[in-house]
Amino acid sequence: MLSTAPAVSTVPLVAVVRRLLNAILDDVWGAGLDLVAELTGVEMLASPFMQRAYFAAVCIAFIGPVVGSFLVHREMAMIGDTLAHSAFAGVAAGLFVNAAFAVTVPPLLTALVVAAVAALLVQTLVDYAGTYRDTSLAIVLTGSFAVGSVLVTATDGGIAVGIDAYLFGSLATVSRANAAILLASSGVVGVVVAAAYRPLLYVTFDTVGARAAGLAVARYNRMLAVLTAVVVVAAMQIMGVILVAAMLVIPVATATATAVTGFKRALVAAVAAGQFATLTGVTLSYLYDVAAGGAVVLVAITGYAAVNVAVAARRRIVTRR
Amino acid sequence: MTAIEARDVTFAYGERPVVEDVTLDVAEGAFLGLVGPNGSGKTTLLELLIGLRRPDAGSVTLFGDPAHRFDDGERIGYVPQNVTAANDGLPITVEEVVRMGRYPHRWIGRFDAEDRRAVRNALDRVDIADLADRRVGRLSGGQRQRVFIARALASEADLLALDEPTVGVDAESREAFYDLLRDLNDDGLTILLVEHDIGVVTTHATEVACLDRTLFFHGDPDTFVETDALAEAYGGSHGVVHHEH
Repeated sequence: MLSTAPAVSTVPLVAVVRRLLNAILDDVWGAGLDLVAELTGVEMLASPFMQRAYFAAVCIAFIGPVVGSFLVHREMAMIGDTLAHSAFAGVAAGLFVNAAFAVTVPPLLTALVVAAVAALLVQTLVDYAGTYRDTSLAIVLTGSFAVGSVLVTATDGGIAVGIDAYLFGSLATVSRANAAILLASSGVVGVVVAAAYRPLLYVTFDTVGARAAGLAVARYNRMLAVLTAVVVVAAMQIMGVILVAAMLVIPVATATATAVTGFKRALVAAVAAGQFATLTGVTLSYLYDVAAGGAVVLVAITGYAAVNVAVAARRRIVTRR
Repeated sequence: MTAIEARDVTFAYGERPVVEDVTLDVAEGAFLGLVGPNGSGKTTLLELLIGLRRPDAGSVTLFGDPAHRFDDGERIGYVPQNVTAANDGLPITVEEVVRMGRYPHRWIGRFDAEDRRAVRNALDRVDIADLADRRVGRLSGGQRQRVFIARALASEADLLALDEPTVGVDAESREAFYDLLRDLNDDGLTILLVEHDIGVVTTHATEVACLDRTLFFHGDPDTFVETDALAEAYGGSHGVVHHEH
């Protein structure tokens, strides 16, 4: 693609990014899975469609638990759900603009913008309304879904077809461009969380203490909300709007239920639990032709239940001794 | 040297003032116990004194800077109210919490030998080195208190602010805890303690401030016991308690 498009070289940054993306998607990820397919004889691993789906699965199960670890223990899990619904309004706005004005704006881009704005709005509402966090979230959640549903129906149902894939998630939405968005989101989330790990952990554990330690807590809360928006939009493609919050919550809950001690180790365990859920779920979705998001969530919940049963059983054996 | 200077401090939630016209100095090395009835504004005053809130009127100076703009986080150690209920589910370990004391020194980058030494010393000082790898959420109330103290010690704080730190802690651990505070104060640490138990304050603190929206008394514990400031602040319904140990 690059060699046949000399115009690209006039924009060096775009060219570099595109070459990097090609290298990661084709030369590393694609070639790696091709090799695995050849060695194991599992043919679906060699199809570019499934290669992209698995790529998305790996990215989603990385960013979801990494950000979710800082949300779940502050009872902020509902923020993910709220932002997913505002992302839905963003998708609807993108599809609406495309249908109405004959332009091509990627719906994920409008979703990201709308969700990020909603994230800041939610934090502002929480800052001012204080204890009425639930109410603030409910207003933004239902309000954005209302905007989305009005926009979807405003165009003779034409875009209602496209919206289904975003509502319930689909492997088919992982285009090459969307894989690039996922890769970029993973990079942003990874770098930001690594750089701000200590302030984020402090704020998560002890908000007042964090303020006494000189942290601008409100700023980190806003940052966390915007990161959540990034995760939700990136994960929405496979998970669907309605189920996307699961990737922020269930793997973290699973990791916490295990005997693992230490926040950092629990974070790694949550990513592992997430990977298990998305990779298994995507495979089941392909094999049995069922919704990817639903399959992933069911696998994740099964894992969560299994861990809890195992821990309880082990505790019973230990106490009996 | 004065650690804190509060001048005519007033603060209100909405229309209702909870702290009114409080003027108070805390010298470096003092152990100030802040007492008063429920809803008397003790916690709010503590938050004003260490700069977590900005006064509506008046001023607070913390180590020479306006308190609400004070950002030398490592100088302030804070032990929150009711730590026994805080964040049970978080799988964070004792050592991870104590390491937080070093965060204001180093928000990013690897810990150096000095950081690790401070964490190790803090764990040893409050005698919880053997709990380093345990989840904080699975400790008893008394043990958790020590974790928060260790965090403050690891930061090498000059001022320790505690908000009713022994709620939900058994009597034996409480005694040990206040003895520890007194030892730390003897070593030169300035302590601000909000307490509902007046006996604890008059026994362990070097100064008492009695608050019920306005400041009723500020002075040494013995004088406090002799005056009727307590009766005034509590509306005459409380007897004076003074534990002798």
